[in-house]
Amino acid sequence: MTTPLWKRCISRILQALLALVFIAPLIWVVICSFSPQTGSAQTDGWGPGNYLTLLHYQDGLPTYLANSVVITLVTVVLSVIVCTMAGYSFSRFEYPGHDLGFMVTLSILMVPYASLLIPLMVWYKDIGLNDSLVGVGLVLTLFQLPMSTFIMRIAFDAIPKDMEEAAMVDGCNSMQALVKILMPVVKPSMVTVGLLAFLEAWNNFMIPLYLVGSSHAPLPLALVNMRQQTMGVIDYGATEAGVVVLLLPAAILFLALQKYYVKGFMAGAVKG
Amino acid sequence: MRRGMIYALPDWLFIIVLFVVPIVLLIVMAGSRWTLMGGNRGWNFPTNFTKVLHNELLGHAIGFTLEYTVIVTVILLVLGLGLALLVQESSAWNNVLRTCFLLPSATGLASASLLFYALYSPQVGPVTKILAHLGLMDANGSVLATGQSALWATIIVIVWRFSGYYMLLMMIGLQSIPGDLYEAARMDGAGTWRIFRSITLPLMRPTIIMCLVYCVTGSILAFDQFFILTKGGPNNATMTVVELIYNFAFDSKKDLGMAAALSLIVLLALVVINSIQMRGLRDNTK
Repeated sequence: MTTPLWKRCISRILQALLALVFIAPLIWVVICSFSPQTGSAQTDGWGPGNYLTLLHYQDGLPTYLANSVVITLVTVVLSVIVCTMAGYSFSRFEYPGHDLGFMVTLSILMVPYASLLIPLMVWYKDIGLNDSLVGVGLVLTLFQLPMSTFIMRIAFDAIPKDMEEAAMVDGCNSMQALVKILMPVVKPSMVTVGLLAFLEAWNNFMIPLYLVGSSHAPLPLALVNMRQQTMGVIDYGATEAGVVVLLLPAAILFLALQKYYVKGFMAGAVKG
Repeated sequence: MRRGMIYALPDWLFIIVLFVVPIVLLIVMAGSRWTLMGGNRGWNFPTNFTKVLHNELLGHAIGFTLEYTVIVTVILLVLGLGLALLVQESSAWNNVLRTCFLLPSATGLASASLLFYALYSPQVGPVTKILAHLGLMDANGSVLATGQSALWATIIVIVWRFSGYYMLLMMIGLQSIPGDLYEAARMDGAGTWRIFRSITLPLMRPTIIMCLVYCVTGSILAFDQFFILTKGGPNNATMTVVELIYNFAFDSKKDLGMAAALSLIVLLALVVINSIQMRGLRDNTK
């Protein structure tokens, strides 16, 4: 192109500044969590004081992290299994209720969290899932179903039918065809589904807020509780440390699996 | 191939136990006197609905939620498209830019809100100091202290968190526009602005409407960001509709019946709004 060099330089600099605006808050919070601050555990010199506060806050960081891990694990495992099976069913088989099932699954998208959480508080007490981490994971899985079933259905639709038909002629049943022939092909989409479930479950705040008490709080809820209970003298240092602990696994996984994240969006866009 | 139904069974199980049953229960609760502590006290339709509709906070909450929705949607759609146009060509430099814009999307709404809560605090955050230095506010004040500034402070969190997300959606839309269309237009002597108006915008309409649906739905249901940054304050100035549901259930009324009634109203409103927007999409693709 014929754009002069100085113009390109200026536009590069402006673009870099814009990018900096987006990552500056992330860099700021990491630095601040280690820096000296009045009113926090880290008052003089740099160090991990804020992380130590967090470690011993009430039930302790390990408890809250464990709560987060259980919720996330339940959500990721169930989302991948349920959506892969449902995507297979909706893509490959014709039976009464086929279209209805797919439509109802998609309609979950339209329902606000709050509309389900109010009755679920009551319903969970009846079925013994009250104040339960698994219960939170189940609700999170429900809200992953529409997008992720859709992603899996598209993935199966893209595979020619002769692939598993040949296998079935050789004596495979439909389950074996799914596990041995089709799953290796749709694996990238399963990773996408798992990543979306991870990001949602790891970060979600509202569902545990309604459904579990403070000792079963995952990390995001525990951090908000911590801030509210010390209202007036807010320990910003500990809050910043908590944000970093939340951020780190999500950012690493996100950077490592970025192309799968983008893939998930491609599927969503096809729907539109 | 009826056996294929078996594979959809777990999906159906989720839908029935965690979706259909709760929705039915929501309708029952909305029509019953049902308190947080006392539980079900019997059918009282339509008392909950009249109480909700006469609540002094509802009108303001609806107005505030709509104001927030309009501002956020306009900013995110424009910025999303702008960023997408900026980085749509694949190059090493653009890949770095994309990653920077997208990285905030990996943070949760709760952690983003907590992060900005610290950024906005007069004690540790730079925002107050900078604004005070520019003479725009008092050095001991907080941007969260008045309704109007708290609204914009929250919008900034959301724009930071979601711009990359909408950039990605817009980029996928841009990629579906055939390259020879641009070339033909350029041959005919069309300028950049003309190409944007006559080719990019019309062909991007389905993508833009999809982004519109996502953004409007998400904004109408705004909860985490306001709950964490302002808790609906000061003086309920930043109370959104979904926060009001929480408020009815746990704070001001401790009344699950009223919370259920408002949830049901929000659900129905959302279905109506979404189907209107979807119609806009369908008309276009004909």
